[in-house]
Amino acid sequence: MSVILQVENLGKVFIMHHFNQKKIIGCRSVNFSVHEGEFVGITGKSGAGKSTVLKCIYRTYLPTNGRILFQSKLFGKIDLARSAEQDIISIRHHEMGYVSQFLNVLPRVTALNVVAEALMEMGCDNERAVFQAKTMLRYFQIPENLWDAYPNTFSGGEKLRLNLARAMIKRPRLLLLDEPTASLDNQSKGPVKEMILELKRSGTSMIGIFHDIEFMKDVVDTSYTMNQGYLKEGIVA
Amino acid sequence: MRGIYNYGFIDENTKKEIRRKLLKAVAIPGYQVPFGSRELPIARGWGTGGLQITLSIIGPEDTIKVIDQGCDDSVNACNLRDFIVTTTGVKSTTDTLEASIIQTRHRIPEEKMRADQILVLQVPYPETLRWVEPSEQETRRMHAEKDYSKLWVFLYEEIVRWGEITLSYRYPVMVNGRYAMDPSPIPRWDVPKLHQAETLFLFGAGREKRIYAIPPYTDVVPLQFEDYYFQVENFKGKFCKFCGSTDSYLDEVYDRETGERYFACSDTSFCMKRRKQSSGIPVKIGRRWYE
Amino acid sequence: MSRDLQETEKQPLLKVRNLSKIYGSSCKSCLELTGPDMESNICPRCGSVVACGNISFNVYPGEIIGIVGESGSGKSTLIKSLYFDETPTSGEVYLQCFENGETNLLSISSQKKRWVRNHLMGIVYQNPYLGLKMDFSCGGNIAEKLLAADWYHVGKIRKRAKELLSKVEIPLERMDDLPRTFSGGMQQRVQISKALANNPPLLLLDEVTTGLDVSVQAQILDLIRQIQREFGITMIVVSHDFAVIRMLTDRTLVMKNGRVVESGLTDQVMEDPQHPYTQLLINSMI
Repeated sequence: MSVILQVENLGKVFIMHHFNQKKIIGCRSVNFSVHEGEFVGITGKSGAGKSTVLKCIYRTYLPTNGRILFQSKLFGKIDLARSAEQDIISIRHHEMGYVSQFLNVLPRVTALNVVAEALMEMGCDNERAVFQAKTMLRYFQIPENLWDAYPNTFSGGEKLRLNLARAMIKRPRLLLLDEPTASLDNQSKGPVKEMILELKRSGTSMIGIFHDIEFMKDVVDTSYTMNQGYLKEGIVA
Repeated sequence: MRGIYNYGFIDENTKKEIRRKLLKAVAIPGYQVPFGSRELPIARGWGTGGLQITLSIIGPEDTIKVIDQGCDDSVNACNLRDFIVTTTGVKSTTDTLEASIIQTRHRIPEEKMRADQILVLQVPYPETLRWVEPSEQETRRMHAEKDYSKLWVFLYEEIVRWGEITLSYRYPVMVNGRYAMDPSPIPRWDVPKLHQAETLFLFGAGREKRIYAIPPYTDVVPLQFEDYYFQVENFKGKFCKFCGSTDSYLDEVYDRETGERYFACSDTSFCMKRRKQSSGIPVKIGRRWYE
Repeated sequence: MSRDLQETEKQPLLKVRNLSKIYGSSCKSCLELTGPDMESNICPRCGSVVACGNISFNVYPGEIIGIVGESGSGKSTLIKSLYFDETPTSGEVYLQCFENGETNLLSISSQKKRWVRNHLMGIVYQNPYLGLKMDFSCGGNIAEKLLAADWYHVGKIRKRAKELLSKVEIPLERMDDLPRTFSGGMQQRVQISKALANNPPLLLLDEVTTGLDVSVQAQILDLIRQIQREFGITMIVVSHDFAVIRMLTDRTLVMKNGRVVESGLTDQVMEDPQHPYTQLLINSMI
C-alpha cells in the first residue's frame, strides 16, 4: 500500500506575544506515515499535542518546522506545511476532511443543508447532493424530523454525528478525526465504526485521536501515543 | 438701419465666436458648447439663441424663412423675420423649399429639407438631464462620463407608473451613440426627422448660453426600451379642417365663438400649399421626411 | 517560522499591487514612518495621513476573502479605492475579466472605470444611503444598476428585479415603494439585490451587518452565503467582527494602521494567529 501522508520532523511552537514572547510547545520532532486505507490512531494525555498534530496537517496551525508530504490527486506530492492557501482550500474541499468534537455551522442552515452543502462544495448539483445527504443522515441515525431543524439545538451526540456525516459524505482521501466518539453512547458508536470500516475499504486513510481504547482496537491499524509533544509507537490510555 | 449697425446686427467678433462654437458643435454631435450669448433687441427667452446662430451664418445670397410652432404668421415669427431682413437685406419666404435657412421654434417643417438647407432651432432648455438632475456641475460630469442611468431610470419609472413614457416634447435622444440630447420642444412627431437626415440642424439657447448641432447623416435615436418603443402622436381618424391632410402634425383648435373643435395642420405653409393644389393652382410640395 | 509559502497555479481574479492612499501633501518618508510598528497613520515629517500603505494581495475566483481590522486600519479606504469611490495615490489593480488582467484599472479613463463598476463589480455599503438612490423606488434602484449594465427591456428588468427581491425576501408589493420607507435591514437587503443585479464577478461588502439586529444579521449572512454558493461570485468582505469573518470567509487579511499585518486561511488566523496584533484581536473576542 502506498504512502498517502508522510510527516517528517514536524514541530509546532506557539509564541504568545502579549505574555512576554512566551513559547508553548505544541509538538516536536513528530515522524510517522500513513498508508492508503490505513487507520492511524493517536492516544495520549490531554495537552500532549495530539490535536496539534492533526491541526498542523489540516493547516489550521502553521507548522514551525518539518514537512507534511501529502500525495494529492490534484497537485501530486506536496508539502502541506508550505503549500499555497488556495491549494489547501482545494484540498480541504475535495481530498481532506476534519472532524472535531465541536460543530461550527452558520446559523439558520438546516441539518440537511449542512450535509448537502458539503457535497455541493465539490461541484455536485443540488438534487443529487440533497438525496445523498438524506441517505447519510439516515445512516447516522439522525431522525428525519431534525433534518429541517437548525443544528445549534442538537444534543452533543447529534452534533457529532452531523459532523461526521458532513465530513464523510465527501469520501475524502484523508480524514482527520479529533475524538470522534467523545459524546456518543455505545449504541451510537456502532454506525460510526461501520462507516469508518466502510471508508477504509473504499480507500480512505484516516488519522484519529481517541480516548476510547476499545473502539480504537477494532478500527486502528497502527497506533501511536503522544507525550509532552513527542510521538512514539504504542498505545497508552 | 443697415448703415448704423454691422451686417446682421451683431459684430464680426461675435460672429467669429459663434461660428467657431458651431464648428465645435458639429464636430461633437449632441454636445452642448457654451458660448457668450450677446445682448439683442429681443428679450431673452424669445429666440435669441436661434437668432444669433442665424445672424452668424447668414449671407446676402441666403433666403430666410421663420416659423413659430409651424406658423409663419405669428407675431414672434414676423418680428424675427423683419429683424433679420432689415439687418441683412436677404430675401424672405414662407416656402420651405425655397429657403436656404429656416429658423424655427418648436417644430420641424413637414416638407423634407435638403442638404443645401440649414434648420436653426430655438431652444429654451438645452439640458436633457435637467429632468433628473438640478446641478449643472453634476450634469456636465454625467455627460462627460456617459452616465445616463438616472435618465433611464426616470423613463423606466414613467413606464412603471403610467404604462408609457408621458413626455410629449423635449423627448431625450441619443446622438451618434454618445451624447444624450434635448431636441428642443419639438413634438414627438418631429423627432424621427433628425435621424440620418440630409440637412444640418443647429440648436441655439440664448438664455442658457449653449449651442449644439446634429450634422447630416447622424444617428439620432430616441431613448426607448426594447419592449416599449418610441411612438409618435396618433392622429388616427383626425384630419386637417382646411386641407384634409391626415399625415401631418395637427393642432387641436377650439373656436370660442362657435364652440367648434377641429384640427388644423401646424405647418401653415404646407397646409396652404395643399389647399392651392386641390384648387388647381400649380404648386411644388416637397417630399415627406419618411419615404 | 515557515512563512514562505509556495505559489499556487491558480489565476487570481483580482490582483492588487502596492496600493497606497495618502491624504495630504505626502513625502518620501510617509510609508517608512507610519504603520503598525509605529502605531500611527500620520507621517511625522509632513503630517499626511497614510490611510493605506503598499497593500498587495490576490483574490481568487469563487472565494470569499475577509478583511478585518479596527477603526483606522484602512480597510474601508481599500474597498472604496477598489470601487473607484476614492482615488489611490499609487498602486496597481488588475481584474482578470477586464482586458485579460493586463490593464491597470487605476490608470484608465473615468468612462472606462464607470464601465468596469457597472459591469464587473457590485458593492454593498454599511450605510444604505450610499448604495441606494432614495428618490427612486426599490425596483427603480435595481433598474438603475441593470440599465447601467445595458439592459434596455422593461419587462426583463422587472422580472429580474422581482427575482432578486424575492431572493432577499423583500415582499414584492413593496417593489415600487421608496427605500426611505424601509427598515435598516430591508434597506441592506435592497442594496444586496441591487449589487447582484448585473451578476458581477466581484462583490464588495463593506461592513454590511454592522449596526443591524442580530436576527437580521443572521439573515443577511445566510443570504450572502447562499448567493455565493449559487452564483460562485467572488467576494471581499470587510468587517471588524470576527464572527462574521469566520462564518463567511476562506481567507482573511488583518489590517492595522493602513498595512496588512497578517494573511492566511481564516481558521488559521483565528486559531493560530502569528502577528502580535492579530493575537491581541483574537484574545479580545468575547
